[in-house]
Amino acid sequence: MNPEEITLKIKNFAGQYVNTDNIEADTDLFASGMVNSLFAMQLVLFVEKEFGIKVENEDLDIDNFKSLDAIHLFIQRKLPVAS
Amino acid sequence: MDMELNADQISARQAFRQFVEQHVIPTAAKCDALRETPPELIESLAREGYLGALVPKEYGGEGMDGLKWGLLCEAMGYGSASLLSLLTVHSMVIQAVLKWGTQAQREKWLPPLASGKIIAGFALTENKTGSDAKNTKTSARQQDDGTWLLQGNKKWMSFGQVASLFLILAQIDGKATAFLVERGSRGFSTEPITGMMGFRSAMLAQLHMDDCLVPAENILGRPGFGFSHVIGTALDQGRYSIAWGCAGLARACVDACLDYTDQREQFGVPIREHQLIQEMIADMITQSRAAQMLCFRAASLKEQGDPSLIMETSMAKYFASRAAVKIASDAVQIHGANGCSNQFPVERHFRDAKIMEIIEGSNQMQQIIIARYGYQRHQIKKKGGGNP
Ligand SMILES: Cc1cc2nc3c(=O)[nH]c(=O)nc-3n(C[C@H](O)[C@H](O)[C@H](O)COP(=O)(O)OP(=O)(O)OC[C@H]3O[C@@H](n4cnc5c(N)ncnc54)[C@H](O)[C@@H]3O)c2cc1C
Repeated sequence: MNPEEITLKIKNFAGQYVNTDNIEADTDLFASGMVNSLFAMQLVLFVEKEFGIKVENEDLDIDNFKSLDAIHLFIQRKLPVAS
Repeated sequence: MDMELNADQISARQAFRQFVEQHVIPTAAKCDALRETPPELIESLAREGYLGALVPKEYGGEGMDGLKWGLLCEAMGYGSASLLSLLTVHSMVIQAVLKWGTQAQREKWLPPLASGKIIAGFALTENKTGSDAKNTKTSARQQDDGTWLLQGNKKWMSFGQVASLFLILAQIDGKATAFLVERGSRGFSTEPITGMMGFRSAMLAQLHMDDCLVPAENILGRPGFGFSHVIGTALDQGRYSIAWGCAGLARACVDACLDYTDQREQFGVPIREHQLIQEMIADMITQSRAAQMLCFRAASLKEQGDPSLIMETSMAKYFASRAAVKIASDAVQIHGANGCSNQFPVERHFRDAKIMEIIEGSNQMQQIIIARYGYQRHQIKKKGGGNP
């Protein structure tokens, strides 16, 4: 999957919970209070379902999830392992 | 969404309902009156593999899928909401360990949880912190040797008198963190809670942690992820189980009323002949069916691992618990004075149904997140995306 496809999928997903027109790729979604506490698990389910990645204990690092960019990097890092 | 059960699911449902007929219904009133669940009943759940239903086979469980689990909870809710709550809290801890445990934690805890050698309790709520659960006051501080000392109290733990392992949320310098705490830990004690309106045989307890010593390896997940991820996973599982349980409780009330209205005569005819009774029966049946359908939808999304599962489960829990309260209330009405007597199960169902609106996130909390979800979906629709 190329980076553009990943970006699009992330944007489509995040767009269901926040107005992605108004956020930068590096905006901290959690610190900005844009998302509620359920978003964390919705994000995990999204990444797992959409990219076939398993999010596990060792992945629990806010740097993996805090912004659209961070999520992108996390997925890219995990994808080769998953495939 | 396919709501037809296949042959395997039908036979599983039959087995669950048979178990409830044989072991749960005959003892439920007595357990309620005595405010206890006898160990033999818990052992019978373990023997059937119900305590380990969600544990994968490699760890000694049944590896049951979400739909079958739902059917099991529905059957259990039909017989006893208190007993359902044992399956609920036990499975919440199992899901949390399965999802966020390290390999070592999974290997250590899942086999005894599956066999029922360990009964698990879920400890989030405190005396002063309920719905605002992220801000629990129980704290944890690390010692030089890496072990943790927990300080604080938890209240209203279902089966807290029985459980030997608790999933406890505590704060490490403001970072919500989940811990697995064994009953025998130094500085840990429990105190039974009595006087409950419903869930009377759920053997509730308060937990006291007074510099309770917890090994370094008993953190579940990572500091700061205890609420959002670990407790989040558990609560989602809890809402799912409770939604199905409510559907079962509702079905029990409907069945009781169909029987009763056939037998009870007033004004020279069985009361089923009175149209105002029929109105209540029609509403009960319809609400009960609608609750089941939302549960099936949640099951289908769970199977797919779809992110919308979280909100749809919240809706299922919200609707099913409201329906259960209304249906149980009408069931008491239909039974008249008999409905107010513990000689008829609808009296217990009525008390238990009310609890369902409060646990696993009160219905006001569900309403808040459902409304927010509605606005978000509406926004997307206006932008021309998705299929809200
Ligand atoms: C039988 C039983 C078993 C239980 N088992 C467990 C268990 O095993 N583990 C566990 O951790 N907990 C357990 N609980 C506790 C349960 O989860 C809590 O009671 C629940 O989360 C609500 O918290 P509270 O009772 O402190 O109510 P509060 O949070 O004090 O709320 C009081 C009322 O205010 C409403 N409210 C609160 N905030 C808002 C708001 N922002 N907007 C609108 N309304 C609001 C609530 O909906 C509620 O109606 C159990 C409770 C019962 C009754």
